[in-house]
Amino acid sequence: MSELHKRTLTELAAGLRARKFSSVEVVRAFLGRIESRQGTLNAFVSVTSGQALAEAAGADRALASGGGGALTGVPIAHKDLFCTRGVRTSCGSRMLDNFVSPYDATVVARLKAAGAISLGKTNMDEFAMGSSNENSYYGPVRNPWNVQLVPGGSSGGSAAAVAARLVPGATGTDTGGSIRQPAALCGITGIKPTYGRVSRFGMVAFASSLDQGGVLTVSAADAALMLREMAGFDPNDSTSVEAPVPDYVAALDAPLAGLKVGLLKEFFDKGLEAGNERRIREALQVFEKLGAQLREVSLPNLPLSVPTYYVVAPAEASSNLARFDGVRYGYRCKEPRDLLDLYQRSRGEGFGAEVKRRIMTGTYVLSAGYYDAYYLRAQKVRQLITDDFRRAFAEVDVLMGPMTPTAAFAIGAKTDDPIAMYLNDIYTIGANLAGVPAMSVPCGFVAGLPVGLQIVGPHFGEARLLNVAHRYQLETDWHTRVPQGYA
Amino acid sequence: MYDFALVFSLHHAHRRTLAMALTREQIAGIAALARLNLTPAEIPVYQESLSKILDFVGALQRARTEGVTPMSHPLPGLSQRLRPDVVTEQDRHEEHQRNAPQVAAGLYLVPKVIE
Repeated sequence: MSELHKRTLTELAAGLRARKFSSVEVVRAFLGRIESRQGTLNAFVSVTSGQALAEAAGADRALASGGGGALTGVPIAHKDLFCTRGVRTSCGSRMLDNFVSPYDATVVARLKAAGAISLGKTNMDEFAMGSSNENSYYGPVRNPWNVQLVPGGSSGGSAAAVAARLVPGATGTDTGGSIRQPAALCGITGIKPTYGRVSRFGMVAFASSLDQGGVLTVSAADAALMLREMAGFDPNDSTSVEAPVPDYVAALDAPLAGLKVGLLKEFFDKGLEAGNERRIREALQVFEKLGAQLREVSLPNLPLSVPTYYVVAPAEASSNLARFDGVRYGYRCKEPRDLLDLYQRSRGEGFGAEVKRRIMTGTYVLSAGYYDAYYLRAQKVRQLITDDFRRAFAEVDVLMGPMTPTAAFAIGAKTDDPIAMYLNDIYTIGANLAGVPAMSVPCGFVAGLPVGLQIVGPHFGEARLLNVAHRYQLETDWHTRVPQGYA
Repeated sequence: MYDFALVFSLHHAHRRTLAMALTREQIAGIAALARLNLTPAEIPVYQESLSKILDFVGALQRARTEGVTPMSHPLPGLSQRLRPDVVTEQDRHEEHQRNAPQVAAGLYLVPKVIE
């Protein structure tokens, strides 16, 4: 059973139900891989082996008696900002290094109810702020395709773990690209659903009008299966949408003949590296062969998405992160002189450099005299960008373009220049601002490094996105490639 | 009207003198508002990076936003749901306070506030 890690999440779920192998065997196989690769990749913050093996034994009993849900016995991992009852939820921060959640996030509870078994919590940029996973209190995650390179961020631990087949699927969150960009740089599939599709309850908040949970998996079919179990209305999240969740798995096979694809004109610009552009153009030819009609679509305000985001997101972050006060939970400084000193030093010592940078940016743009010039103006530009998407989706079914301007970059290459780092998100942020679903699909390699194709859909268009990605993956095998040494 | 060249040119423009450079005092003021203690070594670092960020987001000033309604939420038309005013949670304060740095008799402890 040494080859269990080569099976996709869908295959594992089916094999477990057919009792071809046991959950204990599957969980042991993946835990063994985590143990041997953690030292190299640093993809996990916590590994919960004991709990996972106990749950696997329970899953096997349920399967033996003909019970169980869609994911019974299947191992997964959670990004370490989903609260897990009784397990540390660090958010990649010193601030929450000692925080053991007293409750499960809705996403965690739903996947548990579907029978999935969590093997642990994956590493991430602190408070999900970053595009390279270099901002973690627990050290950088390394890209399994080349350990000198970043895996992307902020869900870099989840992406690296899935790419290295340490786990067949993992949760992530995407506020400005944090599922799709690392999925692209690690050569796996990742989907950010529509804002409001997946509950944010128990997801440590970064920017509440942008944050959305999703999944990172090997294939679109796996993403459909996992997302179907996660998504849906939750009364505990006031922005959760009361709408039925379609059966994403059942919708995977629909033919693409007549699909209207809009090419994001603004994304094919000089910032896009030539090698990456070639891979994207080749992928588009595959869709043409499948019967899709391609046409260029312009979203003229889209280039302003990065400056818009870097006002809106820090503003919301500065409000959300005000809760970390050194009083009720989290890090507290030693020997505070008075209450103000307690607040200031607990926060000054508990937060890392990038988190402090964003809190201060947000504080500034919300402060008296600057609110209109920055925050209000950014909200107006956000409306213009959203209107661009709405107009585009009146013409086409999905939008396509590159996921990232370049392949993975070297660890340390951009840490001194926050703007250079922010520009990694140039193609990802628009979907967050408009709240539309988007995904990254592996579409080839440049100099041995994976490249991702981005597919964007209208609000609540996840089923179509997953269908489009799945049909592409039936024609290509990029998503099945495994980094050398991890096969 | 807008293109990425604009954003990239703004990026490269940071190598010239910034149109708006924050002073040490301004950084200290922002940090105080945000309840963040900064070390003396951190102040010039944030002076430089926050000035660059503000210059970068200054690109927004070039957008035509007359008559545009500010957007605060990605799904317009959603209204806040109300729920019946009934107790749904159990008292689990002991479990919750296990994460607190200092607790006594069910109360969170902080340094003395009133002499």
